[in-house]
Amino acid sequence: MNVRALALLLCLWPLTLAAQGFSGLGSQAGDAFANPVCGTVLTFPRDHGPHPDYRIEWWYLTANLRGADGTDYGLQWTLFRSALRPGEDTGWASPQIWFGHAAITTPDRHFATERFARGGIGQAGVTADPFDAWIDEWHLSGTDFDRLDLVAQGPDFAYDMALTAQGPLVFHGDNGFSVKSEQGQASYYYSQPFYRIEGTLTLPHGDVAVTGTAWLDREWSSQPLSEDQSGWDWFSLSFDDGTKMMGFQLRQTDGSAFGSGTWIEADGTTHAFADEAMTATPLATSAVAGREIPTRWRVTLPERGVDVTVEALNTQAWMGLTVPYWEGPVRISGSHGGVGYLEMTGYE
Amino acid sequence: MLLEFQSVTKSFHDADGAIPVLRGVSFELRAGETLALTGESGSGKSTLMHIAAGLDAPDGGAVRVAGHDLTAMNDAALAAFRRTEVALVFQQFNLIPSLTVGANIALQAALAGADDPARQEMLVARLGLTEHVHKFPEALSGGQQQRVAIARALAAKPKLLLADEPTGNLDEATADQVLEQMLALVAQTGAALMVVTHSPTVAARMDRVLHLRGGLLA
Amino acid sequence: MMRACLGALVSHWRRNPVQLFAYLAGLALATALWSGVQAINSEARNSYDAAAATLSEGQYDQLVARSGGAIPLATYVALRRSGWMVSPMIEAEVRGVRLIGVDPLTTPVSFGVGDTGAAPELDHLFANAATARRLAGVAPVTVQETVGPNMAIGDIGLVQRLSGAAGLTRLFVLPDQPVTRPALQDVAPGLALQPSGQQADIGQLTDSFHLNLTAFGLLSFAVGLFIVHSTIGLAFEQRRGMIRTLRSIGVPLRGLVVLITAEMLFLALVGAALGVVLGYVIAALLLPDVAATLRGLYGAEVSGTLQLRAEWWLSGLALALLGTAAALAGRIWQVARMPVLASARPRAWVMATAARFRVQSAGAVALLAVAGVLFAVGDGLLAAFALLGCLLIGAALALPALAAMVLSGLQHRARGPVAMWFWADTRQQLPGLSLALMALLLAVSANIGVSTMVSSFRLTFVAFLDQRLAPELFVRVGSKNESAALRQLLDARGLEVLPLMSTSTRVAGQPVQVYGIEVGPTYRENWAFVDAGADMWDRVQAGAAAVVNEQLARRANLWVGDRVTLSPDLALPIAGVVGDYGNPLGQVVVAAPVYATLYPDDYPGQFGIRTSTPDALRRAIMDSVGLPDSAIIDQAEIKALSLGVFERTFTVTAVLNVLTLGVAGFAILMSLLTLADLRVPQLAPVWALGLTRRTLGRLELARAVALAGIVFVCALPLGLALAWVLLSRVNVAAFGWQLPMFLFPADYGWLGAYALVAAALAAAWPAWRLMRTPPARLLKVFAHER
Repeated sequence: MNVRALALLLCLWPLTLAAQGFSGLGSQAGDAFANPVCGTVLTFPRDHGPHPDYRIEWWYLTANLRGADGTDYGLQWTLFRSALRPGEDTGWASPQIWFGHAAITTPDRHFATERFARGGIGQAGVTADPFDAWIDEWHLSGTDFDRLDLVAQGPDFAYDMALTAQGPLVFHGDNGFSVKSEQGQASYYYSQPFYRIEGTLTLPHGDVAVTGTAWLDREWSSQPLSEDQSGWDWFSLSFDDGTKMMGFQLRQTDGSAFGSGTWIEADGTTHAFADEAMTATPLATSAVAGREIPTRWRVTLPERGVDVTVEALNTQAWMGLTVPYWEGPVRISGSHGGVGYLEMTGYE
Repeated sequence: MLLEFQSVTKSFHDADGAIPVLRGVSFELRAGETLALTGESGSGKSTLMHIAAGLDAPDGGAVRVAGHDLTAMNDAALAAFRRTEVALVFQQFNLIPSLTVGANIALQAALAGADDPARQEMLVARLGLTEHVHKFPEALSGGQQQRVAIARALAAKPKLLLADEPTGNLDEATADQVLEQMLALVAQTGAALMVVTHSPTVAARMDRVLHLRGGLLA
Repeated sequence: MMRACLGALVSHWRRNPVQLFAYLAGLALATALWSGVQAINSEARNSYDAAAATLSEGQYDQLVARSGGAIPLATYVALRRSGWMVSPMIEAEVRGVRLIGVDPLTTPVSFGVGDTGAAPELDHLFANAATARRLAGVAPVTVQETVGPNMAIGDIGLVQRLSGAAGLTRLFVLPDQPVTRPALQDVAPGLALQPSGQQADIGQLTDSFHLNLTAFGLLSFAVGLFIVHSTIGLAFEQRRGMIRTLRSIGVPLRGLVVLITAEMLFLALVGAALGVVLGYVIAALLLPDVAATLRGLYGAEVSGTLQLRAEWWLSGLALALLGTAAALAGRIWQVARMPVLASARPRAWVMATAARFRVQSAGAVALLAVAGVLFAVGDGLLAAFALLGCLLIGAALALPALAAMVLSGLQHRARGPVAMWFWADTRQQLPGLSLALMALLLAVSANIGVSTMVSSFRLTFVAFLDQRLAPELFVRVGSKNESAALRQLLDARGLEVLPLMSTSTRVAGQPVQVYGIEVGPTYRENWAFVDAGADMWDRVQAGAAAVVNEQLARRANLWVGDRVTLSPDLALPIAGVVGDYGNPLGQVVVAAPVYATLYPDDYPGQFGIRTSTPDALRRAIMDSVGLPDSAIIDQAEIKALSLGVFERTFTVTAVLNVLTLGVAGFAILMSLLTLADLRVPQLAPVWALGLTRRTLGRLELARAVALAGIVFVCALPLGLALAWVLLSRVNVAAFGWQLPMFLFPADYGWLGAYALVAAALAAAWPAWRLMRTPPARLLKVFAHER
């Protein structure tokens, strides 16, 4: 076992799907960490910044892009924070650990890379005002949250993008208090799904100018999952008519699932929907990295008249990093047309 | 008297205890006399000869050879005695394999302090060995090897020549020839000869025959 | 039936315990020295591997501060934030233990730590048990035996806290770098990139030392196998009658062959197992000295405690069994081809004479011819070793024929019958003793060769130290300010100062150290050159020429008059090639002003100072410049340290010398003992002729000494040839320097005396047994019924 794997086990990273399912996330958080409380009012720009008293937190951006020739692309930029203990300290003594993931998906290629950093020394971090989230030379930053620059690169790809918000922040669950299980596990969860994005993808065969839409998720918690949950399927769907929906199901070890989501009007008005309101059924699987993963889904939300087929742009959007998962752009057809992002974890 | 045995006794020891080989043997041999010692296998005749040569010591009795009391001599004195007073011819393993015939003959003479090339030449010639002088023993036949042994023995001018079945390994004709030459040379040099033998033919050629039986002279 | 057959076969060993002992002891000794040496080597290698696994020091490019000091944390963060994928490392020393702090998140190198099962803590150090004990109370230590000796690994934060280090020691450059990143000097001008090949590779440095050990091990093994070979031969000859009888009463040949093979291999296994145990003991006794040598010579940390590793004990067993099997195969072949009614009389295998010598001599001539060709045209390490092998084996094969000639000559000159017989008989013993004598030849010549090499190296090295360590004090400074302050102080006192600036770089494709010096009388008077042009120092001082060391000259084929390119704009002619025995890397020496144009930011980090009052000056430097005592080293200290290292090397070499000589002596003893039975019919006629047993015994002793004397006379030129090949071929190929060869007649004299004593000791017991042989046993030779 190398150091990195040791460190990751220590860090209880959210996507750790190893041995005991969501081992890290499922285990009881020490009392020292803060827990989300229903009714808390999120305030900005403060809450765009880190919450070191909570165990885990992320700034999670996905984008559906299109080149001048009509080729579809997907892009991901994520900064994770994981705390060994609550609070912050200076220098190497900081208990905060940061991870960055970046990816570009094309119809036939998928590029992914990762970064690691210690908190406390300035190698990675987030400031709320002006907003700056960075790890190494990667960054997502701007004078305010509505206008951001996005940069990341790996050994074989890079991107340099500009984001402009076209609508308001949206809050999931109960004003940002998002319940994750019947036992009441919860997180703070809000999004900015209305970014317009444009910029340049640097790919092995050259630069590509692209435009599209981006969706930024912000979430933090100390214990978002219950011990009997083994993985999740998460959908962010942007329909052609301007409406959007975020829906996820947390699969239980007994085969059942706990679902939840938010319906977002074109003006940003949100309607949280309850468990069992949304159905997500695999229609086809693909062999990815030695395992079978559903890459075509039927998603229904009867209360909004949604009955769509969600299909991966590239079935091989595998994030083969220290902790692997599937994350990639999707096309939507059926009752609604559109594009979106799909994230799947916990498939062995 | 050249050789004198007085009540000589000798036993060998094994796991079962002492086995007497000589039980009190007394006899004499004069200079120039030839004597055959006969007896069954194990009758003690080889032991008797080894004692006479100073190669083995008796348990009791007295042995005198050419005025030396062998029973009173130490290892070094006995070795000196062997070099000068007696010479031995065995049935086999007489010669030193690493030395040539000539060197074998010269060795004994030199050890005895009687290095006399003329005499050695004479002996070699008399025994018909001239063409073999530069050969190694392994290149010679059995009869030739025994002739070398005799030449070597006599080269040192011993007073007493002891021969243990000197013709035992030879066929009858060769044996006869070798014996003939040995007797002639002994006579010429005036040495006494004692031969240990099974062979009645050999015994018959000697002046006197002693027969050993059960450790005693019959 | 097989049981009965086995009983019959084994009865031979019961009747001949000396042979059994020779067989077992030969194998045990062979295996012992081989596996002992291998144990030491593998312990050392495992230590290097552990260190390398912990750090992979040579594997990654590294960034270091040009000034040689610490790298500020801010510089690290700036590099990361500009896209340089680097990982920090802190090195510190606590209680004499090398503490290494890495950032577990970014480091490219693993702990070499196995899965402990429990979740480790970032506030724990990792170290092996011995180191952990030394760190008791410093920090919690998780014991991991795979961590290199005398080092502890921990989180960078922990190590920084424990050591109080202000910055980072160096940065590893990770193999995967992003698409774009700025130039290093734009982000961190104070850092220099050290390409991965440039860090001294401990393995390479220490290879020569291990080679030395391995050579000894192999040699001893060969000698041991000689013993085994001759014992097996004798055992077979003596059992021919038994084998014939067993076959004539109906034992199938195949079964017999299987039985004999199984029996011999089983015994071989027993012997080899004893050898492994013995080898462990030898290695355990030698390891501390070896470890000290390696630490002193190369700074390589080797654990002082020995572990039982499969790689050496298994290789010892395997080699022993293979050797036995090889010796056995020929004999089995003979048995298989032997007609049932073949003569049961022991054929004189030991007497096999002229024919065998002729074959051996032909082999010797062929091998020596190959050696000649290799000497003339061979190049490189492999050729050098092939030359060594041909020389040694060829000489060994030539020995019996050569000795026979010598003995023949002695026999012809001999006066007196006994002397003549003595030489003739000695010559006759040659075939039986030839293997043992070859063993002695190899042992003695290897001793001469290796000790000549080591001693030559020592003399050269001492002379080199005297040249290079002419200054009485050496001072290392940590910053530019200290450097300037020290210079001011020294200049004010009017002392001769030898400031030294150095940088690692590449010249002519070779990793080299470039030095900037101020040419002064000390250099002019003390440096010894392999080759030098006229006005050499004047031209260097004028900045018109450079000096390179022999290593660089040989590797890059740059000699006096050639130009060495130091930068795109600067190529200087080489004025001299200097002998350099202190390091394996190439060096280029230029005048300080030239150096300053190449590396404008650098400053002298080291100073040599000529002074007649070193103690007073040391205090003055400490007081006024504020340097710590540890930054100032006096000449005597360094010399003592360096020479101490050599004494350790000598200890190891000397012990191995004694051991190989001992094994060769044992080979002689065993040959004589196994020959003793065959000797009786050869000696009995001489005894009957009037030589006492005492005289014969003394002559046997004299014979062994005489043979050893002849062997020594042959071994002397062979050993010197060996030394020459080691010094002039192997060293050049392996390290890039040729050492002058010195001769040590007194040492050789002593070695000759030891060889004679060893032979006399070996012959003492057989001779004593001969003196005590009862006349009855000698008389039996002449008895009628054999």
